[in-house]
Amino acid sequence: MAIEYLGLSGINGPLVVLEGLQGAAYDEIVEMTVNGAQHKLGRIIEIYRDKAVIQVFEGTEGMALRNTHTRLTGHPMEIAVSEEMLGRTFNGIGQPIDGLGEISSETRLDVNGKPLNPVTREYPRNYIRTGISAIDGLTTLIRGQKLPIFSGNGLPHDQLAAQIVQQASLGDNSDEQFAIVFAAMGVKYDVADFFRRTFEESGVSDHVAMFINLANDPVVERLITPKVALTVAEYLAFEKGMHILVILTDMTSFAEAMREVSSSKGEIPSRKGFPGYLYSELAALYERAGIVAGRPGSVTQIPILTMPNDDITHPIPDLTGYITEGQIVLDRDLQGQSIYPPINVLPSLSRLMKDGIGKGYTREDHQDVANQLFSCYAKVGDARALASVIGEDELSPTDKLYLAFGKEFEHRFIGQDIHDNRNILKTLDIGWKLLGMFPREELDRIDTKILDQYYKPSEVAEDGSLILEDEDALDS
Amino acid sequence: MAELKKTGTIYGINGPVIYLEGDPGFQMNEMVYVGEENLIGEVIGLTSDRTTIQVYEETSGLRPGQQVVGSGAPVSVTLAPGILDNIFDGIERPLSEIAKSGGPYISRGVNVSSLDMEKKWPTHMTVKKGDHLYPGAIIAEVPETRAIVHKVMIPPDLEGEVVNVAEDGEYTITEPILTLRLPSGEEKTLTMIQKWPIRVPRPTAKRFPATQPLVTGQRILDTLFPLAKGGTAAVPGGFGTGKTMTQHQIAKWSDADIIIYIGCGERGNEMTQVLEEFTHLVDPKSGNPLMDRTTLIANTSNMPVAAREASLYSGLTLAEYYRDMGYHVAIMADSTSRWAEALRELSGRLEEMPAEEGFPAYLASRLSAFYERAGMMQNLNGTEGSVSIIGAVSPQGGDFSEPVTQNTKRFVRCFWGLDKSLAYARHFPAINWLTSYSEYLTDLAPWYMDHVDKRFVDYRNRIVYLLTQESSLMEIVKLIGADVLPDDQKLILEIAKVIRVGFLQQNAFHKDDTCVPMEKQFKMMEVILYLYRKSRSLISMGMPMSVLKEDKIYDKIISIKYDVPNDRLDLFDDYRKQIDDFYDAVVERNA
Repeated sequence: MAIEYLGLSGINGPLVVLEGLQGAAYDEIVEMTVNGAQHKLGRIIEIYRDKAVIQVFEGTEGMALRNTHTRLTGHPMEIAVSEEMLGRTFNGIGQPIDGLGEISSETRLDVNGKPLNPVTREYPRNYIRTGISAIDGLTTLIRGQKLPIFSGNGLPHDQLAAQIVQQASLGDNSDEQFAIVFAAMGVKYDVADFFRRTFEESGVSDHVAMFINLANDPVVERLITPKVALTVAEYLAFEKGMHILVILTDMTSFAEAMREVSSSKGEIPSRKGFPGYLYSELAALYERAGIVAGRPGSVTQIPILTMPNDDITHPIPDLTGYITEGQIVLDRDLQGQSIYPPINVLPSLSRLMKDGIGKGYTREDHQDVANQLFSCYAKVGDARALASVIGEDELSPTDKLYLAFGKEFEHRFIGQDIHDNRNILKTLDIGWKLLGMFPREELDRIDTKILDQYYKPSEVAEDGSLILEDEDALDS
Repeated sequence: MAELKKTGTIYGINGPVIYLEGDPGFQMNEMVYVGEENLIGEVIGLTSDRTTIQVYEETSGLRPGQQVVGSGAPVSVTLAPGILDNIFDGIERPLSEIAKSGGPYISRGVNVSSLDMEKKWPTHMTVKKGDHLYPGAIIAEVPETRAIVHKVMIPPDLEGEVVNVAEDGEYTITEPILTLRLPSGEEKTLTMIQKWPIRVPRPTAKRFPATQPLVTGQRILDTLFPLAKGGTAAVPGGFGTGKTMTQHQIAKWSDADIIIYIGCGERGNEMTQVLEEFTHLVDPKSGNPLMDRTTLIANTSNMPVAAREASLYSGLTLAEYYRDMGYHVAIMADSTSRWAEALRELSGRLEEMPAEEGFPAYLASRLSAFYERAGMMQNLNGTEGSVSIIGAVSPQGGDFSEPVTQNTKRFVRCFWGLDKSLAYARHFPAINWLTSYSEYLTDLAPWYMDHVDKRFVDYRNRIVYLLTQESSLMEIVKLIGADVLPDDQKLILEIAKVIRVGFLQQNAFHKDDTCVPMEKQFKMMEVILYLYRKSRSLISMGMPMSVLKEDKIYDKIISIKYDVPNDRLDLFDDYRKQIDDFYDAVVERNA
């Protein structure tokens, strides 16, 4: 029986200080009993001689200097992992909350994980079909990638993530073993419930492990939630050979929890009060996506974060963008025009796209079409800026053409129904129809041979809009 | 060793920083082994009652009371054949060996030697008994890879007379190959191995001014903003603007002999990609795989932060070692901001007083010390070599006014500013031609005149002038539209478009366009300026721009980059003729 320590020497926000400890290790997990009834877990985050600073996951409510018993466990945070976790719901520190009992497994893993050796990684190349044109066509998601959604409050990031999950797990993707690990950090009850319902309705809930830390759950708990979820994901992927899609929402709450703890600890802040190690901590999570050479599974991450005040230069989206392999940026203007999904394609990017598309993966013209669409849509912005100054009537014919293209592109290419599951060929065909609005000379990003094969001028109506003679034919 | 190892006792742990009781007699920057697992650490602070150590590995599980053992030497890298075609972590531990012993994850306290001690290298001795050797003298040659001959040198702090030398043959790096009688009379046996502390620059004889460019095959770099061999450049840009891509391109195609690629706090998949790609890609000059001249140092963003801080210095020391053999070495440091953030993180843990944005006050001096280790040098052994540093900077929020970018700007002479709006329009390389600069231009002008063409610098300046004119005209266009401009200004816009799309934009995935020889760069400039001259003379005859644009000649010139293979420069004469035909045709039709 390990020694129990009675009492604490200080409590400050989510942190407690304990003195007189013997043999405590850095990063060790401690078990605490408050008033003999309430059990809490804590983690040692700083040690000086026999004095330790402990971060309490469940919050320090109800704790007093005298009523707490603390016991060292002798190991860092571990959880039991098993395939039975699919279909189950857990709280933020991995304890079941669906009333179906504990997970019984011999395998216990350290949630902190270890960095994957770059030598043993396999470079991701297989694309995941999401059925969403703006993603498949322009910011292709690759298996083993980490591709966050940068959103703002009130934008439909949850719907988009749910649609990706549904459509990526259906159809020609539903090969081998596909499973979802869902981690919610500080989200509203409604959001967690929306995901739960969506998983149920689409019939994938047997393949989902949910880790839920709601907005009113203890703040410190959400610091461990993504680590627990990713530990499960890695186990299922690399030990059990599954393809795991991890949804992490909302990373902003995670980072803010870190700031809260850091400030209680009295650390020197760097930007906007966030601790200097925010980058390292975020990286330790995001870098857990990938493929291990010679093993069948993969971990793909779609973290969601809400940009405070829609500011992409805020430290959280900024540091995230430097770690992840691209980003999908949602835009309030498009949302205002009722375009779903409101993806602003210009700042959106998929870094792994170039190696996962083209001949043998999607179609040989994919990269060129994407480049040309990006380039044309960037000019739309210039034309609109000019039109707002001198008026639309005064624009040159070319600028007018770009304006018309911009409108059609937003409505026909980006915009699609929430249940619309487009295949890649259809996405590319819509792309070509839109590019057909331009004379061939305007298309300067496409190889001549590909233009010869695919370019066809589109019919354009009097008002500049695109006429699609057989709109239904495209849907087939 | 008979001497008893010095040891200390841990009393405090805060992330990667640990504190020891009292002063166990360690030196500053000494390498130490921490705890039962022998984690590697470095002494970074000493007072009489407290020793501060940064640990290069994850510290979870360490306890107060555990021992720390000194190594007696500062943190050093091992220098010998076997460095090239290899991938190391931030403190020169080979990642492939770690993978062999520890599986796909990097575990802690792994004890692997930096270089292969078993491999036998074919060795050719270049000195004989009785030779008097000065510091840094080359004593043997080893074909390290197909492309590079490794020159084994005596350490820069030794000199003496050769009393014994091994026969030519196959040796491991630990076998003695030479015995030297030092001036003190003492005899010293040498192997191929040298150790050198990473934070101390290797000594050289003399520094040369920059006179040769580092030719990269990238038009906007070579022509507009050239970097000299032995020079320093910064590539700042927000995420997604193509820093890594620019560095990859330079690593692939530049005419440096050796590339040291330091992935400092960046993505794991990117390092894997470099490793895969460079193993398959063939160096156009030597015909060997690019990895034959490359060493990768990978400290990905999830690897321990203290080793990230060290990785830059480890890479730099390896580069200096190859420079001492007489090679031109280029360092890609991707990204120096992660290194600066590692400094900030450690500084925060040490509770130092922060300066700007939480960065420590010594950020500027550390940056300058780093970049000043670059240079074109005469080495101790008389050979000439260079170390060029190309540092990526990842400014917070893409804002170039932040401390790392600003301090870097003070110490580099070449600035390739990446631009978000160019990247959004997928104009790559997204180097902004208005904010970027190179101070090497005047230093390198004589080289360009001798080796490419005497009109090169003149043409380059005209191209830049046209782009500058375009940018001021665009201010007007933004307000009133392009239609109201006079025709000569419309022509400038048209030609500037040809320059932007046909010259500055370069497709890294196109087999010819990915790397363009200097001669073709020059010819491209020449033909664009010729088109400008002819068009201007048509405009001065009163022809409107709309008539000129009816011809496809502008689009044809734009696609020269794809249509003219790099080895068919004779085709340029044909384009000149087409421009003449265009001129004649317009004159005839409208006369």
